[in-house]
Amino acid sequence: MRNPRRTEKIAFFFLFLATLLIVIPVGLIVVIIIQKGLPAINWQFLSDMPRQGMRSGGIFPAIVGTIYLVLGAIIFALPIGLLAAIYLSEYSKDNFLTRIIKLAIVNLAGVPSVVYGLFGLALFVVFFKFGASILSGALTLGIMILPIIITASREALESVPDSFREVSLSLGASKWQTIRHIVLPNAIPGILTGTILGLGRAAGETAPILFTVAAFYLPRLPKSIFDQVMALPYHLYVISTQVPNVDEKIRYGTALVLLALVLFMNLIAIIIRYQFRKRKKW
Amino acid sequence: MVEKFIIQNLDIWFGSIHALKNLNMQIYANEILSVIGPANSGKTTFLRMLNRLNELEVNFRRDGSVKLDDIEICKMNIELLRKKVGMVFALPLPLPLSIFDNVAYGARMHGIKNKNKLRQIVEDSLSRAYLWEEVKDRLKTSAFKLSGGQQQRLCIARTLAVNPDVILFDEPCSGLDPISTAKVEEAMLKLKKDYTIILVTNNVKQAARVGDRTAFFLNAELIEVGETGKIFTSPFDRRTDDYIRGKFG
Amino acid sequence: MRKFKEFIVEKLILICGLFCILVVVLIFIFLLKEGLTLFKTVPLSHFLFGKNWYPISEPAQFGILPLILGSLLVTVGAAIISIPIGVGCAIYIAEVAPLKTKEILKAGIELLAAIPSVVLGFIGMITLVPWIKTIFKLPTGLTALSGSIMLAFMAMPTIVSIAEDALYSVPKSYKEGALALGATRWQTIWRVELSAASSGILAAVMLGIGRVIGETMAVMMITGNSAVIPTSILEPVRTLTATIAAEMGEAVVGSEHYFALFAIGIVLFLISFAINVTADMFLHKK
Repeated sequence: MRNPRRTEKIAFFFLFLATLLIVIPVGLIVVIIIQKGLPAINWQFLSDMPRQGMRSGGIFPAIVGTIYLVLGAIIFALPIGLLAAIYLSEYSKDNFLTRIIKLAIVNLAGVPSVVYGLFGLALFVVFFKFGASILSGALTLGIMILPIIITASREALESVPDSFREVSLSLGASKWQTIRHIVLPNAIPGILTGTILGLGRAAGETAPILFTVAAFYLPRLPKSIFDQVMALPYHLYVISTQVPNVDEKIRYGTALVLLALVLFMNLIAIIIRYQFRKRKKW
Repeated sequence: MVEKFIIQNLDIWFGSIHALKNLNMQIYANEILSVIGPANSGKTTFLRMLNRLNELEVNFRRDGSVKLDDIEICKMNIELLRKKVGMVFALPLPLPLSIFDNVAYGARMHGIKNKNKLRQIVEDSLSRAYLWEEVKDRLKTSAFKLSGGQQQRLCIARTLAVNPDVILFDEPCSGLDPISTAKVEEAMLKLKKDYTIILVTNNVKQAARVGDRTAFFLNAELIEVGETGKIFTSPFDRRTDDYIRGKFG
Repeated sequence: MRKFKEFIVEKLILICGLFCILVVVLIFIFLLKEGLTLFKTVPLSHFLFGKNWYPISEPAQFGILPLILGSLLVTVGAAIISIPIGVGCAIYIAEVAPLKTKEILKAGIELLAAIPSVVLGFIGMITLVPWIKTIFKLPTGLTALSGSIMLAFMAMPTIVSIAEDALYSVPKSYKEGALALGATRWQTIWRVELSAASSGILAAVMLGIGRVIGETMAVMMITGNSAVIPTSILEPVRTLTATIAAEMGEAVVGSEHYFALFAIGIVLFLISFAINVTADMFLHKK
């Protein structure tokens, strides 16, 4: 006869093993990158132009480019995403239109990032004639993170108890006043968390910027939003696959800077969420 | 007696549920009308109809006429109606704001910006809800720091601050201890002078203590309404008598 | 005046909601507009079932069968690795791990989800690829297997977090009922909770696979990118996504090659559309 207790022990052991199989490699990846990348990091690496066909020098323009792209994406996506989320959580009725909008968002979230790149190329670069530019890249990234912002904002808005809305309405406040003064202030931490996670995603993505903005090698800073820029993820791709004989230190250093940037944003999001849960008053 | 609300042939549905059936009644100015009945008898639907809060439900439908001061409430500006008809909810529901901002909220939403005026309104409303003395030194603290009874009186003050004609109480003492309940009831009796009060309650004794008239609802219908003394001593309908005596409910 | 302002705000809110539909429609229209042009010169069957992808030879051949098979091989490999591990980890986090461990593990999974794919590709290139090369004594470590392993890691955060949600939302009463009948925790999980959460877990798996099919950079960096029909998992392959990413930079706007890459985009869009709609149906099946 099989002993159920022993079966349980064996089963739990395998579950634990599965968990280790995920967690250990993640830890290793982070440790390796930090360990090998840290020696490359110094002020000069962060603040200097790349030199000798990216085989020496720094990564300053790539950092600046990524920051521009991320900021541009958020300026575009946050207002639209937030308002769309308000529509879905506060105004929409359960009708055909709403179902279509929700379906659209589900699909936007699942579209492969390289398809966003194609879309950005066809619409912004070619059709609107923005060319390969910060504007095209930021808009493409903005559309890519739109579903992340909408989903997170909607969850945040819907977690505000209905009773607050009822109280506000019962005092004669209009619907918009209720949203503006009661719902939004209490949803802000959740909205912020989602936005920052979206930013992290935008900062790390390569495929959408490949044909819309990213410059292979451009050792100067952009002058306008119609300029091309370098970007950290694309730069890492270039120096690890396209340029031979790049010092390994530079590769690891670039990977570390990118990873640190993305993880830093995630960390902020986690802290905000944690603080908010601790202070939650209802 | 001046009629405040006149309700004629009113029916309310939520989807396929008939929540209020053919209701006809009047509510007079400056009275306290107690509304009693078992759970799901339609009494809360009745109350939330008066400030059109039922309309938040997606599948709400209604038929018939409800007039406030001779104006059909569906034709009134909804914000103005709700300003005139204030509401205190079953559980104390402070907004996540300071004590001061909770009371000032309604007034602010109606466009009052002057700081001195707001302060005056807040002090006035809190005094009338018998809370001023207890909180006057900590108006800036969060309303969640107050005790349950204090929170409920804060909610009353918040309602008073928009200067309504009518106040709806939806089982306002269901979460409170006897002492806090007594304070809330005392406030209601004093407020009667200036306001029309409609009190939905699960507590039959409370209805008897504060109501001028009492209405009994059962299965979405108004069974009877009349002088509280009469309802409690010689009701017309046996079911009223049974409910009051606690035979069901 | 206040009324007017609110009217404007509310209309703006509606427009932003509608904007999401517009974007999806625009994506589709632009992919179609550019992609369908290809079929004026290349028949659809040659495109889908053609065995040769020689976009710049004379005459050019645009058969994406090797690319589809490449994507399929890498995806199936990644699914075989990531589904048992991912679901197992989800069960461990949802049911077995103590509260403190649970929080740490969840943070770890989030960390994995946050690592940019180009960084994973880079790490894969430097560590995994040489290992595969030496272990299997291959001429190159840039193989479908390397891609599958790396992609499994990208699918896992999705699988774990959605499956964990599904398990978490199984009503406590089910569990307590089974335990009260004398079942062990494992029996309860295996017989009761997994079946109660099955549609959520299925959705998790599908979304994980969706992530794998759409993944571009890591795949491009470690699968070797040779557009031939694969015969073994230890050979280099090229996926649909990597083809677009690698070649669009060189394709001339308006050329046949350019349109062919958009046609691949249509195929990807349709695949992800199908996966997401089905997964969404599973998620909201109650």
